[in-house]
Amino acid sequence: MKQNLYNYILGIADNSLILGQRLGELTGHGPSLETDIACTNISLDLFGQVRSYFQYAAKIAGDDRTEDDIAMLRKEREYVNVLLVEQPNTNFAYTMARQFLFDVYHLLFLQELEKSKDLTLSAIATKSIKEVSYHERFSGDWIKRLGDGTEESKTKMQDAIDGLWTYTDELFHQTEADKAMVAEGIGVDVTKLKETYYKKVNEILEEATLEIPESKWFQKGGKEGVHTEHLGYLLAELQYMQRAYPNMEW
Amino acid sequence: MSEEQIKNLEAQFEARIARDEKIEPKDWMPEKYRKTHIRQMSQHAHSEIVGMLPEGNWITRAPSLRRKVALLAKVQDEAGHGLYLYSACETLGISRDELYEQLHSGKAKYSSIFNYPTVTWADMGAVGWLVDGAAIINQVPLCNTSYGPYARAMVRVCKEESFHQRQGFEIMMKLANGTPEQKELAQDALNRWWWPSLMMLGPTDAESIHTEQSMKWKLKRKSNDDLRQQFIDQTVPQAELIGLTIPDPDLKWNDERQSYDFGAIDWDEFWQVVKGHGPMNKERMKARVGAWEEGEWVRDAAMAHAEKKQARKQKQAI
Repeated sequence: MKQNLYNYILGIADNSLILGQRLGELTGHGPSLETDIACTNISLDLFGQVRSYFQYAAKIAGDDRTEDDIAMLRKEREYVNVLLVEQPNTNFAYTMARQFLFDVYHLLFLQELEKSKDLTLSAIATKSIKEVSYHERFSGDWIKRLGDGTEESKTKMQDAIDGLWTYTDELFHQTEADKAMVAEGIGVDVTKLKETYYKKVNEILEEATLEIPESKWFQKGGKEGVHTEHLGYLLAELQYMQRAYPNMEW
Repeated sequence: MSEEQIKNLEAQFEARIARDEKIEPKDWMPEKYRKTHIRQMSQHAHSEIVGMLPEGNWITRAPSLRRKVALLAKVQDEAGHGLYLYSACETLGISRDELYEQLHSGKAKYSSIFNYPTVTWADMGAVGWLVDGAAIINQVPLCNTSYGPYARAMVRVCKEESFHQRQGFEIMMKLANGTPEQKELAQDALNRWWWPSLMMLGPTDAESIHTEQSMKWKLKRKSNDDLRQQFIDQTVPQAELIGLTIPDPDLKWNDERQSYDFGAIDWDEFWQVVKGHGPMNKERMKARVGAWEEGEWVRDAAMAHAEKKQARKQKQAI
């Protein structure tokens, strides 16, 4: 099997999987019916993308593993999502800040992935761009609303941006699989997205009258499977049925 | 307006309904009609919103990606139903905030079935199959109800509900045809949801206080007992088809009536849940009130932001 391609796909899809799962926790508990519907919708989009990626990965693996095996039967150290997306739903400001900081990256990434020599990945990117453009608009609007809303919302949003900023740099780290796939014209060179990313993010933060964090201390490890303590609990729920009732169809 | 004039208007109004004409928001309507509709439509909207909680409970633990996506979509549909039922209700001159307030204070009711817990994955099947099944039986006649906005909302709701019901049945079928452990999950869920689903169609006709007036306004077209019989007659063969047993030893086909006879319903349990003492009443309200209160700063910020934006726009215009 093409191990690098397989690992590369997991690196993309795990972000959507874990973020989709986080958003799924919120369904029915949103601050308004409209935001509830929107967050559920984003979760749905992300899981739709996950299914396309993992079905493709399962095909590449060429054994009898399925999309669900890949999604639900790996161990903690085998998930390679960035630390940002596994951060908890501390409050609505955190949820939107996490979404926004990921969406800006996600859209830039997909716009490059669309040019991939791998036609399946390119096709998934084309479809996902439509969805993620909406996600970015939605979360960006909330950054502005909460940043430039009331004193309370501004404090909460600033706190969320400050708290999550430390996880942004990892988005632009390259893994071994990344490097191999970039060399083959399949993968995206994420290091090249960094400048545009911070430019876009900073623009929105400024419009939202928020401070751009100055901290240069960043966390990393997700892409190598070394996660924050939050992920284990998320996986416990995600995997519960597959672990408790192994080898069954649902 | 004199008493005679009002009586005249009322007579014209009732005649319109009798001719199957739709009543629209700007039409004159008796105060009682307006109030009854606010009560029933908001109760329906609240049921959709509270109903998101027992199913939302399994989103993070759905057993496969396919099931997770379907469940997310279903719960999202329910939020959508809530949204347009609240909007339809607002056409009668009450705001969504006021309706929420009635729900949170306990003044307004919602379907008591949602006060039962969803304890296993099989409950996602049982809720879709039985609860949505019973809901459809209740709701299909409402597609022809007299109040236009409600009737139109119900057309869409019913289409989506029948999709949900098939989806729920498919979950049950898969379990019933699965391993012994899966079949046990399915049977256990049916055992727990069967009687509450029968109760969901409302108290027996003798105890139902709203029926007569509601019949006249086409808010109700069949009695609770008739709807219940219809639900049972429709559901028993479905259970048989997938090899599950209805948990009622007195259930048997009555050739003369061409219907199933069934055992006594525990109405004490029904009234206990309706009066707020079911297994999950307090938790459901805590979740709803909690989401509303925790979301207040978000809604306030959105309002403040919109006002600032508007002010900037006006300033620019000057």
